[in-house]
Amino acid sequence: MQYLAVFFLAMELAHRVALGVVMITVIILSVVLTVWSERRVAAFIQHRVGPNRVGPFGLLQPFADVMKLLFKEDVVPSSANRFYHVLAPMISLFAAMTTVAVVPFANGIAIADVNVGMLYILAITSLGVYGLTIAGWASNNKYSLLGGLRSSAQMISYELAMGLSVVSVIVLADSLNMTNIVESQTANPLYWNCFRNFLGFVCFTVAAFAECNRAPFDLPEAEQELVGGYNTEFGAMKFAMFFLAEYANMIVASMVIVTLFLGGYQVPFWSEAPWFVQVGAFAAKTVLMIFVFIWVRWSVPRFKYSQLMNLGWKSLLPLALLNLLLVAAGVLLLGGK
Amino acid sequence: MIESYLPIFAQIVVAIVLGVLLSTLGVLIGPKRKTAQKLTTYESGIEPVGAAKERVSVKYYLVAMLFIVFDIEVVFMYPWAVSFREYGIAGLLSMVTFALLLLAGYFYIIKKGALEWD
Amino acid sequence: MDVSGILFVFLGAQIIVATVGTVWSRNPVTSALFLVLNFFALGGLYLLLEAQFIAVVQVIVYAGAIMVLFLFTIMLLNLDNERALAEKFDLRKGFAVLLGGVLLVELLYIIGLKTPIPIKQTALTTVQLGEAKYIGRELLTNFLFPFEIVSILLLLAVVGAIVLAKKNFTTSPKS
Repeated sequence: MQYLAVFFLAMELAHRVALGVVMITVIILSVVLTVWSERRVAAFIQHRVGPNRVGPFGLLQPFADVMKLLFKEDVVPSSANRFYHVLAPMISLFAAMTTVAVVPFANGIAIADVNVGMLYILAITSLGVYGLTIAGWASNNKYSLLGGLRSSAQMISYELAMGLSVVSVIVLADSLNMTNIVESQTANPLYWNCFRNFLGFVCFTVAAFAECNRAPFDLPEAEQELVGGYNTEFGAMKFAMFFLAEYANMIVASMVIVTLFLGGYQVPFWSEAPWFVQVGAFAAKTVLMIFVFIWVRWSVPRFKYSQLMNLGWKSLLPLALLNLLLVAAGVLLLGGK
Repeated sequence: MIESYLPIFAQIVVAIVLGVLLSTLGVLIGPKRKTAQKLTTYESGIEPVGAAKERVSVKYYLVAMLFIVFDIEVVFMYPWAVSFREYGIAGLLSMVTFALLLLAGYFYIIKKGALEWD
Repeated sequence: MDVSGILFVFLGAQIIVATVGTVWSRNPVTSALFLVLNFFALGGLYLLLEAQFIAVVQVIVYAGAIMVLFLFTIMLLNLDNERALAEKFDLRKGFAVLLGGVLLVELLYIIGLKTPIPIKQTALTTVQLGEAKYIGRELLTNFLFPFEIVSILLLLAVVGAIVLAKKNFTTSPKS
């Protein structure tokens, strides 16, 4: 009897691990697609052609890039701290790959549907800071250290605005559970949080751009002044890992924005949609958000560091707080709708 | 309850394994031809000047400090956000008081110019 | 042993290793990262006690915020030099050892006595007690006054941080 219980437990765990592996594979594949589409969209915006030689439409270009990186020498500068030089990309990748665990892809389909899902995302996001800081510190390089410090200061500054806009979503949903947050937005697009909570939507999206170190907030790796920022001394697969983490972060951030503000898996005007339609709707919205990420990167110039800090502390933070109080008052006045 | 968190543990394990796997792959497959020049710190082609780890501006420290304070404020807001409906206007007012007191600190920071980055 | 038993042993071992690592390692960054690991495992232990909210907040506040400050401080002061950190046994440290010893004796005393720890009786289950909703209710009713006082404490922390760092601000030409 006891053996049977242990067996079932092992089966259950194996099932979960398999689910995790599948999810991470999906993310890696979407990273590949995103990298390709980013280069194509960028080329389109700049009236170029972009990669179109490797495979149909250049689709195999990212794979070729990965192969190239794989066969490059893994250089650790002699003055760098060996152990942390290896550890830093792993931390970044870890943070990027575990956030997705609580995002619901359809009603009842999530790796883990936990009660404090929203806070879990914030907790893991806050751990992402370490990857960049440690990378900068371990390289023992001026550019890296500055890049690492800048990016960690940037990430923690924008985490506040992010947290405050998340609170406004929680107020509307009356729950910390991701599925409940999606359900509270109903199948009527007018009730989605991007309309009910427009300021929160704007604050969160801007903060998410900053958290992902994407342009216009890509100061940590501003190549004109800091060479490559925190990843100056990283090459071969370690660079690939940072790159993977960066794009995975962007994809997961899009998923979170969709879940919190764009109705998640909700299909407009079809509340009882079957699960595959919901997954499709979720994927479509996520792709839309990723497109916005790419679009902004190739349209908006980079901030100065003082502007970036001013935006985070002096504009977004008070705006998010004001929005939170407005939303809370609105919820009390209108009784939750 | 703990069962619902097991997938997260599994995900964490898988993510760690992936990280270790990728780093090992890179080290195993890539060539190893180390020269003294290759292993120097990169500094745009010139010989590295001075030490990398100079003391950095106190601003960074200050930002981290202020971040902790406001982060704790936000942490208090999560339980408030899921329960204040039951107490109506009183629930809202208690958070307004809380936020206003911290806002005083916020304006103090701004007035002191602690967040001027130039 | 059930799932939570296995997890408890795992997390407990992780905490012990991380704590020893924090105290033992010569490199301050290693110490800091071991402490992060420690907080992470501690969050896991809270989870085992069904305190979901506290578990996540533990990671957000300690691992995500306070340890970042520690790391910054290590970088800011350039504490890389291990010799600069070489410690000598002084009065303060002796006092710390003394306090630690007292705590150990107290712990052993409690364990030895096997006194039942008084638990406040409520109608709620442990799962409900750990939920954010319950904590929010308590904050807005029984603990309303301490809750408001916390913001004054945080305000003091803000002022303290500014005063400590004040010397280094350049006065802007505008003001």
